[in-house]
Amino acid sequence: MTRIVVVSAGLSVPSSTRMLADMLGEATTRAVQARGAEVEVDHVELRALAHELTDNLLTGFAKPALQAAIDQVRRADAVIAVTPVFSASYSGLFKTFFDVLQPGLLDAKPVLIAATAGTARHSLVLEHALRPLFAYLHAVVVPTGVFAATDDFAGGPELPKRVDRAATELAALLAVSGGAPAAPTSQRRLVEDEFESPTSFDELLKRASEGPPEF
Amino acid sequence: MGMQFGIFTVGDVTTDPTTGRTPTEHERIKATVEIAKHAEEVGLDVFATGEHHNPPFIASNPTATLAYIGAQTENIILSTSTTLITTTDPVLIAEDYAKIQHLTDGRVDLMMGRGNTGPVYPWFGKDIRQGINLAIENYALLRRLWSEDVVDWSGRFRTPLQGYTSTPRPLDGVAPFVWHGSIRSPEIAEQAAYYGDGFFHNHIFWPASHTKQMVQLYRQRFEHYEHGTADQAIVGLGGQFFMRPNSQDAVDEFRPYFDNAPVYGHGPSLEDFTEATPLTVGSPQQVIERTLSFREYVGDYQRQLFLIDHAGLPLKTVLEQLDLYGEILPTLRAEFEKLRKPGVPDAPTHASLVAAAGGAKDATVYADGDAATGSSDRDLSDPEVAKVLEGEL
Repeated sequence: MTRIVVVSAGLSVPSSTRMLADMLGEATTRAVQARGAEVEVDHVELRALAHELTDNLLTGFAKPALQAAIDQVRRADAVIAVTPVFSASYSGLFKTFFDVLQPGLLDAKPVLIAATAGTARHSLVLEHALRPLFAYLHAVVVPTGVFAATDDFAGGPELPKRVDRAATELAALLAVSGGAPAAPTSQRRLVEDEFESPTSFDELLKRASEGPPEF
Repeated sequence: MGMQFGIFTVGDVTTDPTTGRTPTEHERIKATVEIAKHAEEVGLDVFATGEHHNPPFIASNPTATLAYIGAQTENIILSTSTTLITTTDPVLIAEDYAKIQHLTDGRVDLMMGRGNTGPVYPWFGKDIRQGINLAIENYALLRRLWSEDVVDWSGRFRTPLQGYTSTPRPLDGVAPFVWHGSIRSPEIAEQAAYYGDGFFHNHIFWPASHTKQMVQLYRQRFEHYEHGTADQAIVGLGGQFFMRPNSQDAVDEFRPYFDNAPVYGHGPSLEDFTEATPLTVGSPQQVIERTLSFREYVGDYQRQLFLIDHAGLPLKTVLEQLDLYGEILPTLRAEFEKLRKPGVPDAPTHASLVAAAGGAKDATVYADGDAATGSSDRDLSDPEVAKVLEGEL
C-alpha cells in the first residue's frame, strides 16, 4: 500500500488551494494505480491546526491533532504540498508546519509542490520559494510543480494536463512497479527510530570518541 | 524510605506579573536558601537546584549553594537539576560532589543533564552539536574518577590524565548516586540503563507521552543490561503544581503567572496546558489525585520532585505552597506505598548504597608530603624562572 499525504494551507471555504490539492490527490491515485499498486490518499488541512501550530512554536511540542498530522507525514511514502501565495511566497501557516517537523523527517521523501494565487504573475513562487525549502529539507522534489491561478479554474485543458504530468512523475519516483526505489534512501535517524531500535551503549561510546580531539 | 518527595528549582529571576517587581539576584539567591530550608521543615526528602550560566538565572555555582544549604539542614538530600555534564569538566564535578558528600555526611546525589542553552557551550569551549557525545564521554570519565584511585585516561573532549587521583575520595568509598535526565533523547535513557543508574524525566512543560516513552525505553534497557527487571529500574519524575484549599482560588491566583511565564507564557491557555502536560492547578485533593496517576504510565517510581518557585512567584507564596505540600505529603506517601508492587526497590540513599557495597570503608589516598606547596613560580634561583624574567623565553 502506497500512502500519500496531501498537506494544504488554504484558508477560505471553498478554497482553491484545497481544490488543487484534491485534483493532485486524485491524479496521483490514478497514476499509482496505473502502475498496478494500491494507494491511500489522506488530506491534512493546516487551517484546523493553526492554533496548535502556534502553540507548538511556543511550547516545543505538538498537541494530539497536530501530532497525528505529523505522524501521517512521517509514515507517508510521498507528500503533496499545496500553499496559497501570500506576499510573494508560501503562507506563514504552510511554512510553520514544515518548521515544526523534526530534522530528517522529510529525508528522501518524494514531494510534489503546488501553489495557488490570484494571477499567473506569481507562478515562479514554486521555483524561488517552495523548491528551495524542500531541497533544504532533503526531500526529493518532483520536477514538475503545479501552479494554478484563479483563471485556471475556469476550465480548459491546461491545468489538468499539468496536474497529470506532475502526478505521473511522482508515481515514477515512488517506483511502485516493484523495482528499486528511484529516490535515494539515506536518511537521518529520527527519534522514533531510536525508540524503535535504540543504539547500543557500546556504539554510543565508540561514536563519542570518534573524530579529532576537541580540546 | 520508600519513595522520595521533593522540589527542584531552576533559579530564574522573573518579574512578578501581578506587581511588576523583579527580585534582585541577592534576594533570589537568599530566597532559594529559604525555600530549601523550609522544604526540610515540611518533611520533604530532596532539594535540587539547576545550573545555568546566564541571566535571568542565579543558578551558577550550584555546589556552593548546596554546601551552604547542607550546613543549615539535617536530613534533606541535596541534588541537582541538572548538572551540566557537557560543559563542566568531569574532573571538577568529581571533586566538588565528593567534597559535598563529606561535608553533608552523604546527603548528596546528582542528576546529569546536557543543557539546552546554545551559547553556553561555546562559552565553555564546547559545541552543542556534540552534546550527546560530550555527555557519554564525560560521564564515563567521571565514573572512573570516583571508582578508581589512580586514573590514566585520554579522550576526545579534554586533555589526557596521567596518574591522576581525584580528591577527596568518595565518602565511605561509595560515589554519589547519579540520575540521568533527558526529555526526548533516547541515547540518555540508554546510558542510564547501561550503568544501572537512575533515570529522571523532567515531566514539566511536556506531554506525558514523552515521559512514558523515555521511561519505558529506560526500563526495558535496564533489564537488557541485567541490572534487574524493568520494574526494578530507578525512576524519578518532575512535576508542577499550584495549590490552594479552594481550586478556583488556585486557578485565579496562578493564571497571571502562567500567562506570563518565561517558558510557556503567551501560548496555550492554562486549561489547555494543564490538560496537555502534568501541570496541576487546583485543590490539594486534585494534586494528590493527579500525582498518583503518574505511576499509571511510568510504573512504580522512586523520586517525585515538583517545580514550585518559578515564573515570578513571590517567596511568601512559594513557602505557602511548601506548607500545602507538607500537608498532603503523608497521604501521598501512604497512597503510593499502598499501590506499590512488591519487589520495587526503595529510592537509593547514601546509606543504602553503602550497605549494597558491603559496608563503609575509608577511601583516603595517602601521599607523602609534597615539595611544591609554598614554592614560587617567581623563584629567581630556579634557572627556568630566571630566564623568563630576563625575557629570554
